[in-house]
Amino acid sequence: MSKGARAGAVLVSFAVGIALILYGIFGYLRSSPAVVSAVPSASQPNSVNLIMQVDGAVGVGPHPNWVGYWVQDASGVWHQTTLVKVPVNTNVHVTVYEYDSGGALRNAVWSQVAGVQGGTVTLNGTSLRVINPSLTTGNGIAHTIVVPGLGIQVPLYGVGASAKNFCATGPCNTSEAHTVTKFSFFSGNQTHKYRWQCFVPCGLGYLNGNGGPMTTLGYMGGFIEVVGK
Amino acid sequence: MTTSNKSSEFTAAEGRSHVKKIIGIWLVVAIIADYFVWFVYGPHMPPGAMTDQARGQQFDIKVISVMAIPVLLFIWTFGFYSIAKFRGGKDRPDGYYVKGNVKTQTAWYVITATLVLFLAGFGTFELIVPAGAGGGEGPSPIWTPSTPVKLVVQVIAQQWRFTYRWPQFGGMETTSINLPINTEIQFDVTSIDVIHDFWAYQLGVKADANPDVNNVAFAKTLQYGRFTVRCDELCGIWHGAMYNYGKVVSQTQFYNWATQMQRQNASVTKLLPKFALTYTPSYTGAGGGYYPSGDPNGTAA
Amino acid sequence: MAIKTTSFASGGDGGRAVAGEKKGFRLNAFTGLIAGGLGYLFGHWMGNAIAGGYQQVIGSGQNDIAILLGFIFGTIGWFLGLGILNYPLKKMAGIEPPLEGYEFEPGVMKYFRFTLDNKVVGIQYLFGMLFYFFTAGLLALGIRTELLSPTNHIWGPATYLEIVGEHGTMMMMMMTSVVMGPFGNYLVPLMIGSKRVAFPRLEAAAFWFTPAAYIILLSALWQGGFQSGWTGYAPLSIQQGVGQDAYLFSFALLGFSMITSSINMTATIINYRAPGMRWSRLPMIAWGMITVAFTMLLSVPILIDGLYVMGLDRSVQTAMLYAGHGGSSFLWENLFWFFGHPEVYLLALPGFGLTMEILPVFARKPLFGYRTAVTGMVGVAVLSFFVWQHHLFQSGMNPDMRPLFMLTTELISIPTGFIYLVGLGTLWRARMRFDVPMLFMLAVFFNFLFGGITGVYVSDVPVNVTVHGSYFVMAHFHYTIMGQLIFAVMGAIYYYAPLYFGVKLNEKWGKIHFWTMFIAFNSTFLPLFALGLLGMPRRVFEYAARLQHLNQWVTVSSYVLGLSLAFFVVTFVWQLAVTRPKSPLNPWQSRGLEWQVGYPIPPGNFDKIPVILSGPYEYGDPNALPVADLTPAEPSAVGVSSGGEI
Repeated sequence: MSKGARAGAVLVSFAVGIALILYGIFGYLRSSPAVVSAVPSASQPNSVNLIMQVDGAVGVGPHPNWVGYWVQDASGVWHQTTLVKVPVNTNVHVTVYEYDSGGALRNAVWSQVAGVQGGTVTLNGTSLRVINPSLTTGNGIAHTIVVPGLGIQVPLYGVGASAKNFCATGPCNTSEAHTVTKFSFFSGNQTHKYRWQCFVPCGLGYLNGNGGPMTTLGYMGGFIEVVGK
Repeated sequence: MTTSNKSSEFTAAEGRSHVKKIIGIWLVVAIIADYFVWFVYGPHMPPGAMTDQARGQQFDIKVISVMAIPVLLFIWTFGFYSIAKFRGGKDRPDGYYVKGNVKTQTAWYVITATLVLFLAGFGTFELIVPAGAGGGEGPSPIWTPSTPVKLVVQVIAQQWRFTYRWPQFGGMETTSINLPINTEIQFDVTSIDVIHDFWAYQLGVKADANPDVNNVAFAKTLQYGRFTVRCDELCGIWHGAMYNYGKVVSQTQFYNWATQMQRQNASVTKLLPKFALTYTPSYTGAGGGYYPSGDPNGTAA
Repeated sequence: MAIKTTSFASGGDGGRAVAGEKKGFRLNAFTGLIAGGLGYLFGHWMGNAIAGGYQQVIGSGQNDIAILLGFIFGTIGWFLGLGILNYPLKKMAGIEPPLEGYEFEPGVMKYFRFTLDNKVVGIQYLFGMLFYFFTAGLLALGIRTELLSPTNHIWGPATYLEIVGEHGTMMMMMMTSVVMGPFGNYLVPLMIGSKRVAFPRLEAAAFWFTPAAYIILLSALWQGGFQSGWTGYAPLSIQQGVGQDAYLFSFALLGFSMITSSINMTATIINYRAPGMRWSRLPMIAWGMITVAFTMLLSVPILIDGLYVMGLDRSVQTAMLYAGHGGSSFLWENLFWFFGHPEVYLLALPGFGLTMEILPVFARKPLFGYRTAVTGMVGVAVLSFFVWQHHLFQSGMNPDMRPLFMLTTELISIPTGFIYLVGLGTLWRARMRFDVPMLFMLAVFFNFLFGGITGVYVSDVPVNVTVHGSYFVMAHFHYTIMGQLIFAVMGAIYYYAPLYFGVKLNEKWGKIHFWTMFIAFNSTFLPLFALGLLGMPRRVFEYAARLQHLNQWVTVSSYVLGLSLAFFVVTFVWQLAVTRPKSPLNPWQSRGLEWQVGYPIPPGNFDKIPVILSGPYEYGDPNALPVADLTPAEPSAVGVSSGGEI
């Protein structure tokens, strides 16, 4: 091979190498679930609504049989994600539709409600400070929303194991068996990216139930990002 | 191979002169450095002096530093002096033909062995005297505090949060931690899933949280202030976010806080399992079904 | 065995094919890849057929049995496709196989084949190892980029841990062979006066394990990775997704590579020394290799056992590492560190071997305290088996053993200190030449000093309570591994390029590379000691806001370090492939036997087995004999071995 040809081959190899690296970074490693922003309405600039659902099986993506959260955007479209943005200095009113079945807690301390306005959540219309996981036989806490940085602790009561029309794949709709939990919290006066997670080990088929969806962004843990208005 | 290595070129007197210069420079810089390490930086060295154990660790860091830094400086002095002085060139092809020196080598062996053995002895003393130096000693600690333990705090690690149980306050469980001043404290560290590590940096306490193991560490609080708790053993996705803060407060403040929390948490405390040194995940529900439910422990884990 | 070494022209023509050898299609890495892919598909299919209906598999949607069988059959396919198994399989079938792999050929294709020439294997290893090193290095830059901010994240938290785990595992498993592969295999036969290594098939197979391990390990990134880091602590590693299977399988493959490589290395050094190559004349690289080989042989099987246990716990739900069902998570910690601690020394020893080999050449002096140097290396190797629980001082297991492990760990500074005695003694009244290799060797001593001195802090149990698992420990082992091993390897590349490629790398570019790398390395890793002491744990994606400035400093320095290494890659490849600046023979005036055979080195290394006349480091002695007689009258009449006969 002539010197010019060798130089050309070397340069092409370098170019291919760099292209592969860039693809690895941007095509794969930087990929992330969708981010849903809660936007205040013009009439109520200091409050936003956040509507979520939890499914026993998300039904889509690479792991359709994993449990996971969905979040509704402003136009009413459900996104399978755990990444949300809320504005700073805002009352966030959260509604969670729980479509998964419940059970006992690994650590019963997560049955306590904390960090929300009034110190209570409304479960199917009833106001509660603690949700006893063994309230009814065959049911219990399905998931929790815990945001350590904001001190928020909300247990989500599950659907009874014997419920009919149990939702098998997400996104589920309210004609299927579910519970509704409502609560409000104040987003604080500084912008920050708060991590949150579920404390019910709900990764079926994984040791201690803490693998799979529990260790994957977009299923059972994510970020609540408090952003500037 | 060409060589101009005549013995007259490398005289003993010249060698002694090099040695004197090296030792001289080294002594000066080593003394200055040690002064700064002990008196200027020493009092500010990590992890501080919030507990007896932290203070012991700080003392150890100081002692090791004043011994190690002269060693480092000796090698630097010798190395940089050599680079400056013992250079080759066109008219200076080869160096001093010497393959060993019994005196120098023996001195080196003796000095390094003495330093090392002293440090091992010193470290052992410093481990035993402040009750395990704040490290986790497992379920049956062999180095215990000389004064009685006044407060027991159980640290429960789980993916991905620490919670604290207080057997002296009705077995309540909290997500926050406060500690009273001037108190001998026993931390019982355990995990309900994978291995974590309870690291209270300013307290000088570090103990792995192992599933089914009670890992005991001691600390005696000496100073007021805020301390950071971090997980120090990789435990999965939120390992980096597994931290919280605590405070060392007065004994009255602590008592008020604890009794208030006890009242506030009473309804949750009822739901908790009976206080125990470890909590096997198999028995405490909500597992992943990784091991089949027909196993001897009865419940899927 | 009848190998036609006599048909090679003396002193050159190394690449020429032997007349009359068969031409045409031959198996190579590409056929290996195809067969490996087919093997993987077969294994995966079989795993699904076996375990597709398991309760755990249905629940998680994850079939570890299929993945592991895929890896097993994929690796078998890779070996079949490369032709590595032709010889043993034919032997087993009673057919006398042809001696494939001894057919020396021109061009680059031989580097993509299973080839038995120790020099071809050395070059394969050199480029393989550099490739693995730079992959893992890029991942390190990914880690540092995330740490630019304590709260804003470039990667997701799971992706961050994937990158951390990949970086750590890739470095720690691959770099065990970064000296034995490219330098041990290539140089040891030349240094001890042998025409070949003892087990060329094992040596070559050892290399071909590494691409398989690399591909499998990297594939974890596309399967969700593994969040358990390179230490793979159970039960976290049992809980993980299929990326963990890639971790355990690739690490085990590399373990087999280390074992095969070490068997060959010990057998070669013990049995294939030329007449007159006494133990007291053995070059330091060979001493480094034999101490490392023994350390690997005794420690790596423990790792493979541990990984096997992990694989069983993950695939068929045994509970050996899980406390709730009668196992123990301490078991993995012990098994892992029983390998893991010797491992860090088997990373360090070859670096010292290289350093002590090259230092006398540029100091123009004999190595000071040869026996002390050897004792130091053997001492480190032996003591390395008695220190593993110092990784577990806070673990909660047997506290009464802590004083003992503290003592053994402190003791290891004595033999390590010997190496400094040797280094300083060699510099004493030297006539130093500051060519690029020498700069790297001096940097090895400078860098390792930080690693060694901080090792004393880490081994002290009370101090360990604060620094365990923190950036202090992280900085400590990066100083000992990157600061020592990688600097030694870089220096050795500059030093041996004339011997390997007939190319003398540009001094000016080399110096730019050295100084930027040296400054950026220290600027990257020195502040990490401070970060650790200030309370920053390892492997976190969020940290205290007060530590941001230090972290940013480190990240920017790491970019400079990355650019420096990129500069090396570009200039190195450019000079080897394009400009090829011709080197004079033995440009450093080394006495080493490897430099006496000329360039290119013939495939059989020596025309006749040389007779060794003196030690390799007799610089400055006007009466020193040449290192060897390369054309002795009666080659194998005397001495310890007639080794090189083939």
